[in-house]
Amino acid sequence: MKFDCRETSDLLFVKVLAERIDAAAALKFKDSLREFTGQAKASHVVLDLSEVGFIDSSGLGAVVAVMKLMGSTKRLDLAGLTPTVEKVFRLTRMDSIFTIHAQAEDVNKLYKAG
Amino acid sequence: MTLYANQAQADLCLEFPSGELEVREALAELICKLKGMDLSADDIGSVEVVLGEVLNNIVEHAYGTQNTGLIAVSLKRAGHVLRFHVLDEGGNLPSEGLPDGRLPPLDGPLDALPEGGFGWYLVRNLAFDLAYKRVGETNELAFSICCEGHG
Repeated sequence: MKFDCRETSDLLFVKVLAERIDAAAALKFKDSLREFTGQAKASHVVLDLSEVGFIDSSGLGAVVAVMKLMGSTKRLDLAGLTPTVEKVFRLTRMDSIFTIHAQAEDVNKLYKAG
Repeated sequence: MTLYANQAQADLCLEFPSGELEVREALAELICKLKGMDLSADDIGSVEVVLGEVLNNIVEHAYGTQNTGLIAVSLKRAGHVLRFHVLDEGGNLPSEGLPDGRLPPLDGPLDALPEGGFGWYLVRNLAFDLAYKRVGETNELAFSICCEGHG
């Protein structure tokens, strides 16, 4: 499982370069995200899922676990949900727990506007 | 050895060894075949979510990490209904049968958010007419998913 990480002063963008976050990938995903978010100075992390076509309940659990590991001082947003991933977040009502952006670039605009 | 005896009646069937990577490969093959059956991307997404949960449950709970065995999936289409049968020779479900699949509560503090318990909820939300029976040493799970076809 590969990732593309990009950090600015305010933000850490983590793009998942994998088609699936499934049971076979969930542990690796969680460990990698724990490492990236732990090392980052930025307190606002945006997980770009635009390349991910499928997530299962194990993958969903791993995303929640990452948010919990980051604690209350850091923030995890999601961006670029593809249709099946969006469906899983909507049906489980996890779309009410995370702030979800249509595209990762939209988060930059929030900072410029603010 | 083959688990599924009625392959001639099915529109699609696949048999593979238990394992997380084997499930991933089997799903890819099934989805590829479904794309040739005049289904919408939304229908195919629902099938992938439900089958992913059902198959990984078999890997994790019926066979568990200590055991291996075969899993068989077959599909029969009748108009707008896709009827799936999934067979395995792992341990049986608890006597209370299929889990209710209630959504875990999300209203607590951050560190109380659930990291699991979504699987059966997704299955029950997207599939209907779920039926489970133990026949000899085999688990048989059947479920249906509605499909709209190309919209």
